[in-house]
Amino acid sequence: MTELTKLSMAEARAGLRAKHFTAVALATAHLDRIAAHRDLNAFVTETPDLAIERAKAADARLAAGQAGAMEGLPIAVKDLFCTEGVRSTASSRILENFVPPYESTVSGKLKAAGAVMLGKTSLDEFAMGSSNMTSAFGPVINPWKRASDPSVQLVPGGSSGGSAAAVAARLALGATGTDTGGSIRQPASFCGLVGVKPTYGRCSRWGIVAFASSLDQAGPMTRTVRDAAIMLGSMVGYDPKDSTSANVPVPDFEAALTGDIRGLKIGIPQEYRPDGLSAEISKLWEDGIAMLRDAGATPVEISLPHTKYALATYYIVAPAECSSNLARYDGVRYGKRVEGKTLDEMYARSRAAGFGTEVRRRILIGTYVLSAGYYDAYYIKAQKVRRLIADDFAKAFETVDAILTPTAPSAAFGLGETDDNPITMWLNDIFTIPTSMAGLPGLSVPTGLSSEGLPLGLQLIGRPFDEETILKVAHVMERAAGFTAVPAGM
Amino acid sequence: MSLDKDTVRNIANLARLEVREDELDHLAGELSNILQFVEQLAEVNTDGVAPMTSVCQMELPRRADEVTDGNYPEKVLANAPERIDGFFVVPKVVE
Amino acid sequence: MSYVIVGETGEWELVIGLEVHAQIISKAKLFSGAATDFGGEPNTQVSLVDAAMPGMLPVINEKCIEQAVRTGLGLKARINLTSVFARKNYFYADLPQGYQISQYEYPIVGEGEVILDMPDGTTRTVGIERLHMEQDAGKSLHDQHPSKSLIDLNRSGVALMEIVSKPDMRSPEEAAAYVTKLRSILRYLGTCDGNMAEGSMRCDANVSVRKAGEPYRTRAEIKNVNSIRFLQQAIEYEARRQIDVYEEGGQVVQETRLFDSNKGETRSMRSKEHAHDYRYFPDPDLLPLNLTQDYVDRIAAGLPELPDEKKDRFIRDYHLSPYDAGLLVAEQAMADFFESVAKGRDAKMACNWVMGDFSAAMNRLGRSIDNPPVTAANLGGLIDLIADNTISGRLAKEVFELMVETGKAPAVIVDEKGLRQVTDTGAIESSIDAVLAANAGKVAEYRSGKDKLFGFFVGQVMKATGGKANPAMVNDILKKKLS
Repeated sequence: MTELTKLSMAEARAGLRAKHFTAVALATAHLDRIAAHRDLNAFVTETPDLAIERAKAADARLAAGQAGAMEGLPIAVKDLFCTEGVRSTASSRILENFVPPYESTVSGKLKAAGAVMLGKTSLDEFAMGSSNMTSAFGPVINPWKRASDPSVQLVPGGSSGGSAAAVAARLALGATGTDTGGSIRQPASFCGLVGVKPTYGRCSRWGIVAFASSLDQAGPMTRTVRDAAIMLGSMVGYDPKDSTSANVPVPDFEAALTGDIRGLKIGIPQEYRPDGLSAEISKLWEDGIAMLRDAGATPVEISLPHTKYALATYYIVAPAECSSNLARYDGVRYGKRVEGKTLDEMYARSRAAGFGTEVRRRILIGTYVLSAGYYDAYYIKAQKVRRLIADDFAKAFETVDAILTPTAPSAAFGLGETDDNPITMWLNDIFTIPTSMAGLPGLSVPTGLSSEGLPLGLQLIGRPFDEETILKVAHVMERAAGFTAVPAGM
Repeated sequence: MSLDKDTVRNIANLARLEVREDELDHLAGELSNILQFVEQLAEVNTDGVAPMTSVCQMELPRRADEVTDGNYPEKVLANAPERIDGFFVVPKVVE
Repeated sequence: MSYVIVGETGEWELVIGLEVHAQIISKAKLFSGAATDFGGEPNTQVSLVDAAMPGMLPVINEKCIEQAVRTGLGLKARINLTSVFARKNYFYADLPQGYQISQYEYPIVGEGEVILDMPDGTTRTVGIERLHMEQDAGKSLHDQHPSKSLIDLNRSGVALMEIVSKPDMRSPEEAAAYVTKLRSILRYLGTCDGNMAEGSMRCDANVSVRKAGEPYRTRAEIKNVNSIRFLQQAIEYEARRQIDVYEEGGQVVQETRLFDSNKGETRSMRSKEHAHDYRYFPDPDLLPLNLTQDYVDRIAAGLPELPDEKKDRFIRDYHLSPYDAGLLVAEQAMADFFESVAKGRDAKMACNWVMGDFSAAMNRLGRSIDNPPVTAANLGGLIDLIADNTISGRLAKEVFELMVETGKAPAVIVDEKGLRQVTDTGAIESSIDAVLAANAGKVAEYRSGKDKLFGFFVGQVMKATGGKANPAMVNDILKKKLS
């Protein structure tokens, strides 16, 4: 039955409905595989008993003809989503033992659609990172290996690294991710997956541990574009509990996969060719443009002049919001507490012991840029540049239907191959951050391999609430690229 | 902007993060580096540009004035590191 | 005469500004669906949002917006059609989010005014700087355990209006009059119950002193003042403290001070020693609050008659003194009671009864205007009996006390006790004749010029009639008989 883990979500859905196998069998196959691949360290918490219980319920509903859109489909959930009765850690020591008495809206919707949660996947602590190396529970290993040296352990990207590794290693049919500056798209690119960051407001943020509230957005990570469309459909929707949730109709994303992109204008932003962009990435992008042209779409050179400032803007806005969002982790109502003689000492010790280096760094930067005397120079300035970045996109979308760029500046890198300068790591998100700043939908679709046999993705960016167009284009590119590679040994 | 140790100590205090004295130098250097990086924004002309705090193009939704929540102290207190008689507990505060 | 404190170096003037935190009347909290009732078991009126659980988000209560706008209109203030919620970041045990959602740069209400009714009947206008909405914090109990503070989040997230005055007050009395008037307006509007004992209205006072004509000097902020009496005490103490500091050659430092009502003094708050840096920024979980002018106009159209307008009307229509009118309108229920009593009657007499015997009885019995010692209809009935000469004013006081005691209507009491005034000329004449006959000597003295004895005769006649003789008729007939 190990073959069951090779199915796409769409195939598994068809198999379940045709009664070729049961949801319990499907879940069991994945649970077995999770147990066999603990070396990847993809999961913080496995929930096999819960998975079997839900799979049984799914089988009952399938038998009764009451199947939900994702009935019986086993998925992994990033450990940033609070799940009722299942500890939810954000990969942080400070939430190591936190068991929420509530279910996030998005994981609740997936559950209601019949999806079977296999466990909670690792991430960069509080979703702050691009390598999954900042998790308090140790790094996650990318199942992909370099052709030249398979012994080198590669990162899965981040922050949704556990989700990416789990789906790439066939431990789950799909997984939820969250994306603040690229945390779905960059790991999707590193692991050969499709990852969608929907329009800001598409998915409810209620119950997702907040990193940067004006940027955070949940989305699916899957092995095919169709799977992403299926899963996205069960994650989105208006939530009155989130004041930034958009009350807009939910389209049938799968129906958008028509295979026909003739006449679409696809923007190619010149600013995404920075000096030093690798030849490999340049070629990937050129190949992607050619695919679009071959399919009858029209590539159009566009300019997004403030692109180069997006990273700096992000590293003011996101830490500022994070410094405030993470103030609630104070050791009083939940989470880690280290005793102190005074209240302030208790706070400072608990937070120092509970937060890792990158989180502390961002809290300090965020505290500084909001502090008296610096607020205007940093925070307000960044918010102004943010508007210019968003305006660039709005102007471009007056003439194009979608935008194509690389997802990340490189393929997955090795665990030990980073330097100490945090900014080097941040550069991983240089192509994904502008989309986040503008709140636009973006996805990464794998379209090629590096010379080392590692997956590389291209990013498609759409108009607000037009995930359909980028899914449609990605679907065409997926077919054109014929991306069939799997991690060695999978 | 280059941060000195006192400034780092001060923001660490504002953020209630215990930082050891021997970490201050390293942190000051690292944070200064980051600030120098983000200060490239100074070269962007933002005259007359309104700050963008949200990408949402919608009105603030409002809830009706109805009691729909609460009354579950066990849930509220379930994860508390320390509790006494239905209260959360902290070291004594002297005002 | 303006209020000054005389120190060793001369006269000092006070400068006072007040920040009043008023709990908005609403069923649910500002950003959650938990209840706002006072006095629940600890942590019962708490939602996951109020406890700042990870991933929880605020959604604003529409009633609280309406109440803030209503209050702004009642303060004759500018309503800002766009306002912004900002996070005020600081750590405290009863502040679960680590920030308070408040309004900073863009409050919902701008400048307005409050007219003070001073005890001498004069008025003064105090400017309102702004009104903004914010969340209340929870409650810390510091005296329940030797080494711990206990935290109850029932109040966490309850909607408050912070109403900031301009530094326009110059005496403790003006500060007291301001809070009194503000509370009256809020109660009329139904936006805050004004209950200082339960903490639904709290007051911080910014106090400084200066010599006449000087610019403002450094101010201290006094926190935790929970009654109007304490407010006056705290301001007086603080002003004298500051004067002493200056006169001893020192400088007042800008700081937060706590009023200790047991000692009647203010002291520096150690816990607030660190300079605060609240790092306000717009709350990214919320969007700007936009109102339409139409929405504001509809609320304005539904405002009740407010104390100032009512006072003007009472002066105009009932010819009351500004002092009386000011007192009557302070509480809406009292004003309504007065109007019920005064309707179709002598308003001055109604006013005297309501402010006099009625209020005295209410205070004596610890009753409130919502549970009055006599009903407005009965008090009106009593006034009618006086007006139609059924009873005298003096007897009316007795009848009133019996009304309080028994709850019976005045006419019933008058009949039962046989207190109906004697207006029969013959009966009065015979009483007078008897009195004069029994006091022949005094009659002679009177007639020889001792006019003062007239009162004696009146008294004797009243005594003889059990107080029931109509005093005017007694006077008339006596005069004739003695002339």
